[in-house]
Amino acid sequence: MKDPLVIAGEEIESRLFTGTGKFANHNEMHEAIEQSHSQVVTVAIRRVDLTGSGKHIVSDIPKKVTLMPNTSGARTAEEAVRIARLGKASGMGSWVKIEVISDQKYLLPDNEETIKATKALVEEGFVVLPYMSPDLMAAKRMEEAGAAAIMPLGSPIGSNRGIRLKEMIRIMIDEIHVPIVVDAGIGRPSEAAEAMEMGADAVLVNTAIATADDPVAMAKAFDMAVRAGRLAYRTGLEPSSIQAKASSPLTGFLTPTGGGDQ
Amino acid sequence: MSFYNVYEKLKDQPFHTWFNEVTTTDVEKVLRKDRLTESDYLTLLSPAAEGYIEEMAQKAHRVTLQHFGYTMQLFLPLYVSDYCVNTCKYCSFSVDNVFPRRRLTMEEVEEEAQAIAAMGIEQIIILSGESRIHSSVDYLTKILKVLKKYFSSVGLEVQPMDREDYEKLVGSGIDALTVFQETYDENIYRALHTKGPKRFYNYRLDTPERGCQAGMRSVTIGALLGLNDWRKESYIAGLHGHYLQDKYLETEIGMSFPRVQPNAGSFQPEVHVTDKNMVQAMLAFRLFLPRAGIIVSTRETPQLRDQLIPLGVTKMSASSSTEVGGYAQPEETQSQFEISDERSVEEIRQLLHKKGYQPVMKDWQIV
Repeated sequence: MKDPLVIAGEEIESRLFTGTGKFANHNEMHEAIEQSHSQVVTVAIRRVDLTGSGKHIVSDIPKKVTLMPNTSGARTAEEAVRIARLGKASGMGSWVKIEVISDQKYLLPDNEETIKATKALVEEGFVVLPYMSPDLMAAKRMEEAGAAAIMPLGSPIGSNRGIRLKEMIRIMIDEIHVPIVVDAGIGRPSEAAEAMEMGADAVLVNTAIATADDPVAMAKAFDMAVRAGRLAYRTGLEPSSIQAKASSPLTGFLTPTGGGDQ
Repeated sequence: MSFYNVYEKLKDQPFHTWFNEVTTTDVEKVLRKDRLTESDYLTLLSPAAEGYIEEMAQKAHRVTLQHFGYTMQLFLPLYVSDYCVNTCKYCSFSVDNVFPRRRLTMEEVEEEAQAIAAMGIEQIIILSGESRIHSSVDYLTKILKVLKKYFSSVGLEVQPMDREDYEKLVGSGIDALTVFQETYDENIYRALHTKGPKRFYNYRLDTPERGCQAGMRSVTIGALLGLNDWRKESYIAGLHGHYLQDKYLETEIGMSFPRVQPNAGSFQPEVHVTDKNMVQAMLAFRLFLPRAGIIVSTRETPQLRDQLIPLGVTKMSASSSTEVGGYAQPEETQSQFEISDERSVEEIRQLLHKKGYQPVMKDWQIV
């Protein structure tokens, strides 16, 4: 059953995106990414040696994945744009996850600045995936600006509190036409499965894998959970209770082939 | 509004009584909480909380992992000048101490930068004695031009300046500011700083706030432990961090817990702050402000620094020299204070790996 996620024309088999922050070392990160089967991996441009000298994080990311550099550290749209350009100039490709966080206390994204950065970077030809606080109108503006997918947070980054903003995300899933990737807050595989069952197109998990006692095993667990959640969603989990055909129809008698009055 | 308004309300409060009234039940209650109030913070700094240091450590470790992961940023201080116009009784750079002073030329700055970059360090802090003439904005801007070629982040720990000066420096690429209040007790402060512009308590107290207003990405504060009751100092320093974090959401607030070290004068600390005391201060702060940075310098011994790694620390200096020109030509001048951990950057990297931590050499790019 082929069920690829398509972002900017690219087919992605795994709906689990992973991050590269917070790991104890690069070997562990490499192995966890491998075991997650993730094909999209985000990396903070601010932590990458852009001069190309010395061994840095990018060389430890499995080669077959799509690298999605992020602009973490940016506190304004202008900074995000400059960071994204730096990443591209250093050969990191044209995908970029926009992160504009001007609040250092909770690390919540600044939607207004994120919309500005989305506009500017789409114009420059980037494939833009903005990370945002789930808000329908802000997401619509990002979509209008040309975002390739929208990445709302489930709960504050690193909080492991799960999908606390479920209702908002559900509305976005219904109303936004580009893929929705739930990013931040997912602390357990069951929560990743929950996001997928809700109809999210993908999830991004970092802290829960990187800071687990066994990140490699946890990466596997998330891979399985995301697949399970997606399969359940495709099978028609919620709609089935209302729309699916019952095995013993109650109104079959009204159709010509039904048993009804004949 | 300035943090002085907060301090004013606190300065004559019965801290001693407050701390001694805390019971073990109070401590246990605080340890069950997710978010701490100011009085919860005070509870964790009390003598009663000394019996719960292990519980505090476990929790601090978990909270830090959650927010920062298994990472540790490494940085180095670069001393550019030891000219100073102040008379701090506890500091070797005090104008009262007679020794040949110097400041680096741009060629020397470049040599130092090359020596530091060769160690693999990408984040540095420019330090100097406090002198508006010898470490002027103009001089610092010139230094920055040289350093930008070698480092991804450059911070400042020099004399306090006006907001306009900080704005100029931020404009040229300085992204971090460190300024220690030394002691938050106004009377002790005046007694320790007998001459020079540092005597103005309020100007120094408002310096971190001017840094935030000028757009510094990170601002680190702290009290020099040993000059006064450490519980009280830690409490007020923590409230200062809280005040800044609430008011300037865009700035990353950091805290350091330096203790008075041997220096060229004959100053003896007023209060002996034990390792246990410092650890308690650090843990209480971590639980109070889970998202703040905690910085540990090479003032501490290797044995202690090793143990501090999992307790909430996010940033460590490594292989520091506290002499002007100390990297390219070691041991030629007066150091600001004696460092205790002389291990190389490579040794610290190995140590971090062994402890299950990833050394982070770069965490920002001057853009």
